[in-house]
Amino acid sequence: MSDPNLIVGMERSEDAGVYRLTDDLAIVQTLDFFTPVVDDPYQFGQIAVANSLSDVYAKGGRPLTAMNIVCFPVNSMDISVLRDILRGGLDKMQEAGVILVGGHSVEDKELKYGLSVTGLIHPSRVILNTGCRPGDKLILTKPLGVGIINTALKGQMAAKESIDKAVACMSTLNKKASELMQTVTVSACTDVTGFGLLGHACEMIEDAGAGIVIDAASVPYIAEAKALAEMGLIPGGMYRNREFRAHMVDIDEQVPASLAAIMFDPQTSGGLLISLPGQEAPALLDSMHQAGIESAAIIGEVREGARGRIIVR
Amino acid sequence: MIEVDARGLSCPLPVVRTKKALEELGEGELLVLIERPDGCENVVRFADSQGCSSVVEEKDGLYRITIRKGGETPSGSVPQAANGVTQSNTSSGGVAPVLLFTSARLGTGNDELGAILMKAFLNTLAEADPKPAKMLFLNEAVTLTTEGSEVTDTLRGLEQAGVRIFSCGTCLDYYKLKEKLLVGVVTNMYDTVDTLLTAEKVIRI
Repeated sequence: MSDPNLIVGMERSEDAGVYRLTDDLAIVQTLDFFTPVVDDPYQFGQIAVANSLSDVYAKGGRPLTAMNIVCFPVNSMDISVLRDILRGGLDKMQEAGVILVGGHSVEDKELKYGLSVTGLIHPSRVILNTGCRPGDKLILTKPLGVGIINTALKGQMAAKESIDKAVACMSTLNKKASELMQTVTVSACTDVTGFGLLGHACEMIEDAGAGIVIDAASVPYIAEAKALAEMGLIPGGMYRNREFRAHMVDIDEQVPASLAAIMFDPQTSGGLLISLPGQEAPALLDSMHQAGIESAAIIGEVREGARGRIIVR
Repeated sequence: MIEVDARGLSCPLPVVRTKKALEELGEGELLVLIERPDGCENVVRFADSQGCSSVVEEKDGLYRITIRKGGETPSGSVPQAANGVTQSNTSSGGVAPVLLFTSARLGTGNDELGAILMKAFLNTLAEADPKPAKMLFLNEAVTLTTEGSEVTDTLRGLEQAGVRIFSCGTCLDYYKLKEKLLVGVVTNMYDTVDTLLTAEKVIRI
C-alpha cells in the first residue's frame, strides 16, 4: 500500500520509518529490543534505551515519547532485576528528554528489553542512510569493538577495564552527535549496529554511483578489543557480516586481521556514521570534540572511482 | 592426545574450552573438533596468540585443529604461525625476543642524548631482521607510544610488521595518557609478568 505521506517506509533497510503529518511536521518511529549484553541490569537498561533511541537520532529526528517492551522470566528471576533494568532505562530516557508513556511485558524464558520510540522531524530534513556523494568525508562518532569485548565477557576473558569502556560506549546517547550533525548539510547517516562499520558502509553506497575508501589507521576502536580479537574472541556475527559483504569490500593486506575484524564487528548501540561534504567535515569534527564526543574521527571518504566498493587501507 | 569437542558450540565457547585444555596441557598436542568455520578461525587465532602452532584439516564440514604447545610444529604439516608472531617474523635461527622499555631515553647520562639514542635505536630496529616478538612499555616509556611521541610512525611500522606492542595501563593512567595511546594496546601487570616469565629471551632497553 502506498501513501503520499510516507517518507521512509519498509522498502529499504532504513533505521526508522518516517510519516508526514503536516507540511512541516513528520513522525519518526522505531522499535528495538534485545537480550542482555552485560551482567549489570541497570547498565543493560541504559544500553537498551540508548540503542533504541539511536535510530531516531540517525534520521536527524528528535525522540519524544517511548514505550517499554519487556520479556521477563518471572518464575526464575528475581523481580528486582527487572526493576533495575527499568530504572536504568528511565534514567537514560530522562537524560535524552524522552517521556515514557507506557509499555507492555510478557513472560518469556529469556529476558529482553527495549523501546518503541516516536520522534519528530521536519519532513524536508529527513536524513537517509543512502545518498553519500563523491567528495564527502565520513565521520564515525563512537569507537568500535564492543561486540568483541562482549564476546570476551561471555567467555569470562575480558578485563574489567575493557568492560567499563564498552559499557560507557554503548550507553552513550547519540543525541549530541545528531544535534551537531543537523547544523550542517549531511548527505547520509546511519548508526553502526549489527552489520558492523563495513556492513553499514556498504548500505550507504547502494545506488550511490560511488564507493568509500576507509583509512584503517584513523578508525577509532576500544584499544583492548584488538588484543581480544587476536585471541579469537570474535563473535560469530563478525564472520557472518564479513561473508555477507565480502564481494563489496577490499581490505589491503597491510591492515592487521584483528583490525579488519573490528571493522566488521557487530556493534550494540554504536555511533553515527555520517557522510558530509569534505570541506565541512573538519569543522563538524571539531565541534564534536568540543562537545565531548572524544572518539569521533574522520575515517574515510567517498570516491567516484571506487564505485560500488568499500576499500580499506 | 587431549581432545576438545567443540561441535555444536558457538563463540566464544570453543576458545574458552581450548584455553582451558591448553592450560592443563603441559607440553604436546591438542586436538580440537569443531563444525563452524568461524569457531575454527577463532581457535586458530587463539592458538597463535598463545605462541602455539596449529594445523587445520577440514573434511565433510568437520574441522580438526591440531595445536602444539612447545617444541616442534605438528609433524608433517605446515605451521599457521609460531611464537605468537606471524611466520615471516620468526627468525630461522631462534626465538624472537621480548623488548622491555622502562624509560623514554636510551641509557643513563645526558637526557637529550638519551632521547636521540632512543629514536635512533627504534628506527634501526624497524629496519632490522629478525624483529622482536613483543615490545613492552612501562613507566615513563609510555610517552613513546602516546601523543607527543616522535616515534609513533616507527612503532606503527613495527606493529604492521607483526611486532606486538603493549603499554602499561597503570602507567598510562598515572601520566594521564590513556586517551592518547596512538600505537599498540594496553596491558596489565598480570600479562606483563606472564610475558616476561614465559619469554625465552627478554632484552631490557
